[in-house]
Amino acid sequence: MQTATPAPRSRKPVYMVLGCTVFAAAAQIMMKYGATHVMPAVDFANPATFVPFLLALLTNYPLVLGYVLSAGNALLLILALRDGQLSTLYPIISLTFVWVNLLSIYLFGDHMNLWKAVGIVLVITGVAVLGKASETA
Amino acid sequence: MTVATPMSSVLLVITASVIGSFGAVYLKLGAAPRQKGLKYILNGRLLFGIALYIGSSIPFVMGVRHGELSVLYPMVSTGYVCTMLWSRIFFGEPITWPKLGALLIIVAGIVCINLGGR
Repeated sequence: MQTATPAPRSRKPVYMVLGCTVFAAAAQIMMKYGATHVMPAVDFANPATFVPFLLALLTNYPLVLGYVLSAGNALLLILALRDGQLSTLYPIISLTFVWVNLLSIYLFGDHMNLWKAVGIVLVITGVAVLGKASETA
Repeated sequence: MTVATPMSSVLLVITASVIGSFGAVYLKLGAAPRQKGLKYILNGRLLFGIALYIGSSIPFVMGVRHGELSVLYPMVSTGYVCTMLWSRIFFGEPITWPKLGALLIIVAGIVCINLGGR
């Protein structure tokens, strides 16, 4: 129940979701690496083809690491959602874009430009507004 | 890079985002009890939320297989818009001006990053 004058909420869930974005960005980069791995074909009518596919899946280390990082992301998100509002916490995940773009410059040789810089500033601004909104909402 | 991004990839990533937004709803439903202990942490709603979250990564991986990440990632913002709507419908969280404004700024930011990536 909402009281007449709600006490300011803790910022802890916001910081936890910020942690999620770091996990999510790392997971997405890993999944991109993993997705480029050549996988053996699967014939659903022939169960014998499952084994090499599963082996290839389990030894696709970037993909496996991507899933492990996603699990860490989900766990942290669950803990954050215990105390915070979904509507203020979930869009904070968009900060993942900022990390992915900055990492892509370093890892994939992408270039920084005015649009990207403006976009990054806008996303950070939006997340800051949400962080502020989460205190009173 | 002049690799075209197929429409199928765009649709797959949007599908993943919408599934993910429902995942967030079920994570919140399952995370709501503040009791300590494993039996409260592992409940059906939470497991369903995790399943949706993991499930959403399948169309995501299929989507990012072809096409540019800088084009495909902005499609994930569909999930944020959906989640704000679900928060209102399922949890009665008010959609306030700061929240709506922040969401618009974020979506604008993501579109700008997209434009920069082309």
